[in-house]
Amino acid sequence: MTRLSACLLWLCSSAALAQPALPGDLPLERGNGPEPATLDAHRCQEVACGNVLRDLYEGLVTEDAHGRLVPGMAQAWSVSADGRVWTFRLRPGLRWSNGTPLDAPQIVASFRRAFAPATAAPFGELFEALHNARAVQAGQVPPAQLGVAAPDTRTVVFTFDRSAPVPALLTLPIAFPVYLPGVARFGAQHTRPGHLVGNGAYRLAAWTPQANLVVARNPHFHAASTVAIARVRFHVTEDASAELQRFAAGDLHMTEVVPPQPLTSLRARFGDQLRIAPYLGAFWLGLNLTTPPLRDAPGLRRALALAVDRDKLTAHVTGLGEQPAHGIVPPGIAGYVPARTPWSALDTPAREALARRLYRQAGYSRRHPLVIELRYNTSTPHRRMALAVAAMWRQVLGVQVRLRNEEWKVFVGNRKQRVITQVFRGGWIGDVPDARNFLAAFGSDGPLNWTGYDDAGFRERLARADAATSPAARDAWLRAAEQRLLNADAVVPLYFYTSKHLVAPQVQGWHPNALDRHASRWLRLGSATPPAARSAARSAASPAARSTTGTAAP
Amino acid sequence: MKAALKVWSGRLLEALLTLWLLATLCFVLLRAAPGGPFDAEKAAPPEVQAALAQQYRLDRPLLAQYGAWLGDVARGDLGPSFQYPDYTVNQLVAQALPVSALNGGLALLLALLLGIPLGVLAALRAGRTLDRALMFVAGLGLAVPKFVVAPLLVLLFAVTLHWLPAGGWGEWRNLVLPVVALALPNVAYCARLTRASLLETLSAEYLRAARARGLSETRLLFAHALRPALLPVAAWLSPALINVVTGSAVVEQVFGIPGMGRYFVQGALNRDYTLVLGVVLVVGAAIVAINVLVDALRGWMDPRLRAATA
Repeated sequence: MTRLSACLLWLCSSAALAQPALPGDLPLERGNGPEPATLDAHRCQEVACGNVLRDLYEGLVTEDAHGRLVPGMAQAWSVSADGRVWTFRLRPGLRWSNGTPLDAPQIVASFRRAFAPATAAPFGELFEALHNARAVQAGQVPPAQLGVAAPDTRTVVFTFDRSAPVPALLTLPIAFPVYLPGVARFGAQHTRPGHLVGNGAYRLAAWTPQANLVVARNPHFHAASTVAIARVRFHVTEDASAELQRFAAGDLHMTEVVPPQPLTSLRARFGDQLRIAPYLGAFWLGLNLTTPPLRDAPGLRRALALAVDRDKLTAHVTGLGEQPAHGIVPPGIAGYVPARTPWSALDTPAREALARRLYRQAGYSRRHPLVIELRYNTSTPHRRMALAVAAMWRQVLGVQVRLRNEEWKVFVGNRKQRVITQVFRGGWIGDVPDARNFLAAFGSDGPLNWTGYDDAGFRERLARADAATSPAARDAWLRAAEQRLLNADAVVPLYFYTSKHLVAPQVQGWHPNALDRHASRWLRLGSATPPAARSAARSAASPAARSTTGTAAP
Repeated sequence: MKAALKVWSGRLLEALLTLWLLATLCFVLLRAAPGGPFDAEKAAPPEVQAALAQQYRLDRPLLAQYGAWLGDVARGDLGPSFQYPDYTVNQLVAQALPVSALNGGLALLLALLLGIPLGVLAALRAGRTLDRALMFVAGLGLAVPKFVVAPLLVLLFAVTLHWLPAGGWGEWRNLVLPVVALALPNVAYCARLTRASLLETLSAEYLRAARARGLSETRLLFAHALRPALLPVAAWLSPALINVVTGSAVVEQVFGIPGMGRYFVQGALNRDYTLVLGVVLVVGAAIVAINVLVDALRGWMDPRLRAATA
């Protein structure tokens, strides 16, 4: 009842005390997708919490607005000749957001907490190359034996057991320093406003679950003077269509996504505010290689892959700038040249002819067709994609496809078990810009190897990449592994993702990048006009005028 | 006094039994649903899954989990949220319930303030153009679902006219559209109910006699007809209050309101067992409390009901 009274009081007072905000006080209004599951950096695994945590924390290495790796807490780093020992030298005078000094032993202690079994960090697996990381997380050795040490207050040294994209890994939330006195004092609630102590450009000011989260500039951040926006409000925007309407109404400066709809209508409505860019993610159909009919039929698998016209799919089904895929590692990873399916150079008639021949050789025909199930999780884009692929298979080969959609949790459970799936929706969004991140699951028998692909040759190539001492050699072996996977037709690549946002004209400093990360510290608000007022002005302008305002498109 | 005590203790026992049955049924259904709270696109390694299962007691037999949860609930602890580990279910519900109550309460208030006068007006003009027009609009208000009304309101008042925000929470302006969206069908229903009931009351014998004695129509309406005519409206208040106060998932989703409805939907989709059970229990308790309150209100309005209860 007290809270209800407080709500009523707030309602009355907000109306009475409402005053026009000063220009510098205007917050950046960001659509952020679903409610962040947690603000405990070590436990975060979704985009929604990652976006907020990148404002609240900084790793030893960070990313600039273009997604390039730049010094974070560390001012410099070096690596041993064999690529296994990484030494990071901290900036002088680092401070937590409460003003207390931040030093190397605290960073080491935070890493130990991240990998402690009780923390149950979901992204710990990405650090499996770190000495003893898996053993610590499994509780087999104490956290003190983790491969990270602080020889002095400004130096952090990591020891890795194999090659790894170390600087990129250190940009992940699990590598952010968590303030352990806060954890000890407040437990799970150390992430609340007033409790959370970070080291990023912003500190947590308010958090209303399922509504919004406000961060305010951190005066103790080492580059505080370069942070242009004083406050940022992250809005929970669970529904993409509702988020788009909020942007159109002028409530938001940026959206987290754009709902599926024709590109031409979006362009006509929003002009240069629509930002579409390549994104480090691949969409493919997985084939269950552990049960018939696909297990012992490589020709049949290739026939299915050949019969899909990816150009049509990306032009007419996805339609938001996606690129047809002939591999599973997307382009855009520095130094890595992605592999391609052996038949990618064929034109459509040759591709379809080859598909029909392989289909016949596998023992199927239009009279005796393959009957197969294509499973996907409930979602309009996935349904449309499944329908289109099923139509292509039927048209080119005569395959009879049973479409089956499942609620999300049911789908991921069934796919993981590999018992009742035949063909299923799959794909991967990169956690770090590293080809191995897209390939590793296929080399194990773990829960992420949804197809059940089991090939000693593939594993050997991955192992050679792990043993490589130079990045070039590592990339070459990873490419060889990807080529082997594609040659085996374990998956049917369909397209590479794009990131899609609406960004208001007065947001400056926003640049597309492969991992689609946009920390607020790099952004500026070019005008003090609040979004609502801007929209009112915009509504008075002609569509042609709207499309030419604001910053240049990337 | 003794009789009243007996009645109320009986009611309390009945309420507790209802809530226990509700919670148990919900527990069984949730656990029977396929998929678990930690099933995700990129599944965590086995050791992490094991640690999480231990933290949330999922490694225990189902009956032991049920017993432990029930014990916690008896102590007023609805448990930790699986999906939002930074919060307990108590904290989430404490934050969401007032939001839904404020939103729904205002919507119901608006429904009564508009619905009753419109119903009275229609009854007094029964059969005429105004009556027919009002009832047509009310019929429309009832027929068009909230998931159509809400986006239309956004399109008109937020996107086109820029008068109000399209969603969000934090200012009084955020309340206007969701309250209207929630209120519209209730205004319509309330108006129709008031009209029908008032027409029936006005044709009662005692009112005809009063009219024959020369009582003015105004006095007849306000002194003798309105109170008994509003009894069905009072009876309707119970389900209406439950409906709006416990939150409308559709309206909350469209406008991004952090209320109970959203937690229920998100909790079910994420298999956040404790959150769903907590919301169900609190909503169940609210329904019981509202029923009691409305019964008391009806008793105050109709002495015959009061006597029957006693």
